[in-house]
Amino acid sequence: MTVTTAPVQPAPTASRGDAHPIARLVRRRTAFGVLTLFLVSVIVFVATEILPGNAAYAVLGRNSNPARLHALEIQLHLNRPAVDQYWTWLSGLFTGSLGHSLSNGESVWSLIAPRLVDSAVLVLVTGLIGSVIGVALGAAAALRKDGWFDHVSSVIALAVTSLPDFVVAIGLIILLSTVVWQVLPAVSLLPPGTYPWNSPELLILPVATLVIVIVPYIMRMMRAAMIESLESDYVEMARLKGVPEWRIVLVHALPNAIAPTIQVIGLNFLYLAGGIVIVEYVFNFPGIGQELVYAVNGRDIPVIQFVVVVLAAFYVFANILADVVALAATPRRRIPR
Amino acid sequence: MAVNIPATPAVSRATPPAASGIRRHQWASMLWAAVRTQRGAIGLALTCVVGLVAVVGPLLIPHSPDALVTTEFARPSGSFPLGSDFLGRDLLSRVLDGGWLLLVMAIAATVIGVAGGAMAGMSAAYLRGHTDGIIMRTVDVILSFPQLVFALLLLALLGPKLWLIVLAVGISHAPQVARVVRSATLDISERDYVKVAELQGMRPARIMAKEVLPNLIAPLMVEAGLRLTYSIVIIAGLAFLGFGQPPPAANWGTMINENRIGLSLNPWAVIIPAVLIALLTIGTNTFTDAIARVAIGVERRPEEAALISDLGTGVAE
Repeated sequence: MTVTTAPVQPAPTASRGDAHPIARLVRRRTAFGVLTLFLVSVIVFVATEILPGNAAYAVLGRNSNPARLHALEIQLHLNRPAVDQYWTWLSGLFTGSLGHSLSNGESVWSLIAPRLVDSAVLVLVTGLIGSVIGVALGAAAALRKDGWFDHVSSVIALAVTSLPDFVVAIGLIILLSTVVWQVLPAVSLLPPGTYPWNSPELLILPVATLVIVIVPYIMRMMRAAMIESLESDYVEMARLKGVPEWRIVLVHALPNAIAPTIQVIGLNFLYLAGGIVIVEYVFNFPGIGQELVYAVNGRDIPVIQFVVVVLAAFYVFANILADVVALAATPRRRIPR
Repeated sequence: MAVNIPATPAVSRATPPAASGIRRHQWASMLWAAVRTQRGAIGLALTCVVGLVAVVGPLLIPHSPDALVTTEFARPSGSFPLGSDFLGRDLLSRVLDGGWLLLVMAIAATVIGVAGGAMAGMSAAYLRGHTDGIIMRTVDVILSFPQLVFALLLLALLGPKLWLIVLAVGISHAPQVARVVRSATLDISERDYVKVAELQGMRPARIMAKEVLPNLIAPLMVEAGLRLTYSIVIIAGLAFLGFGQPPPAANWGTMINENRIGLSLNPWAVIIPAVLIALLTIGTNTFTDAIARVAIGVERRPEEAALISDLGTGVAE
């Protein structure tokens, strides 16, 4: 059960003497991932190409006249054959020469690079904090299954998973930076040339929003997996042997509950690839998500192409990583057969 | 939010097909069973309350939603019970007028996503071979765009049109549905009644419609509920980002964004639409949760059960 490609196959038994199952999985999934990304890049490129009246027309819209259209076509290399254009663009993805933003003429790479760092910080900090909180809450709910904490947290989790992220963000702004209390900045506008670690207080609300949105998923998965493993035969056996409860929880139950949870943590990192778009926009946080919204508004095709490919690449590889880590964390799957 | 944890390859757990009279109305009895649970009742009630505001609201508007009737961000008063928005338009009128299109678009996107996904998933699983390969590769490619980003990409290329938003959201749902339906169909197409139909010489399209589809009702209902919630979230989110009806039309998502500069003056201009969207998605999601519990018959959410059995932690099934 993953987002992008086929479910993790049961370790095949036929291939005796073959490589380690994890190495094989990594190879297979990476190959599929690269293929998927290639198709994504073709689609992103072709979409801008074959659409009614090409990208130049899309940019100029009603203001177009033949002379301006022609000038822009040359600027975008639209006058050359499609395969040729695609090749230029694709090799630009690797060399960093991605052309120039149509709105301000800045080079796409120098526009996006600092924003990539900001977004990466946002995603990583959120993922780490969210995973720790989610795992802890889920384990706590499982240990007191059907207790008051379990019931209250499961109802809250169900409600929060339904909420759009911009509603959570606005709720936090109302609560913490405008109407009720004014303790945190409502906008996270980083001063130019600085990075999030220079002013960590600006990260609090964006991170809090995304953490609130992802924690319920991780928590619910952790709870379900932990209950499953607490009810298992080996935990029963450990209890009968008189193993102390803390040891049962930490040594026997937790490691077995963590594998499917890692999978869900991975899915939540994937979710963040889309989630940052709205959250960065709400808080004016200068990441690639905010830039994507601006670029779509201004029909800044080169910027859109690059941001979308970056997000898709993150999506594909985070997905592979989640599968591999989950597999590595499942003891009975990592033994070569 | 919209993490799309794919759900339910869980047909094996689904309620066993009973006598034909019951099966014909399986969806109705499942809905009824869900409504009778506590969660189902609460979810349906929330959905209906917000739905009523959205649908009946436009008939009860006290002022024109586009007319500038008072000062900007006026506090609630006698003639303007909720105050006014950033241009001095009556907030109550705009709230009443701003929901119906969101509902219509979300439902349309859900129908496109579930119908398209079900057809793709069934064809992939039942026809196998190259059809399967092509469909599932397409699914993988669409799935490697975050849903919101996919919609933004299409909007950037074709312009912010409402039908395009619906189509983009629908298309981005289809792969998720296709995966669920595919794994369910793989299971169903091994059953005896499908074999019998094949031996009788029924055409594949007919087998899929008459034999496979009726047995997909449980997972499809759960999917439809999930996709409806996500549709509302994404479409309202796009409106929030400025991709909805062009101004001056009222739209709950847009209202949250355009009025948030005046939060300290008239917070209701933001709070009311935000709460309505929140109650709506909580309602649909809670009702879906109730359906999942009834239809799939597990205590856990289906996607969690599936992940656990998939990775083979703990007890084998």
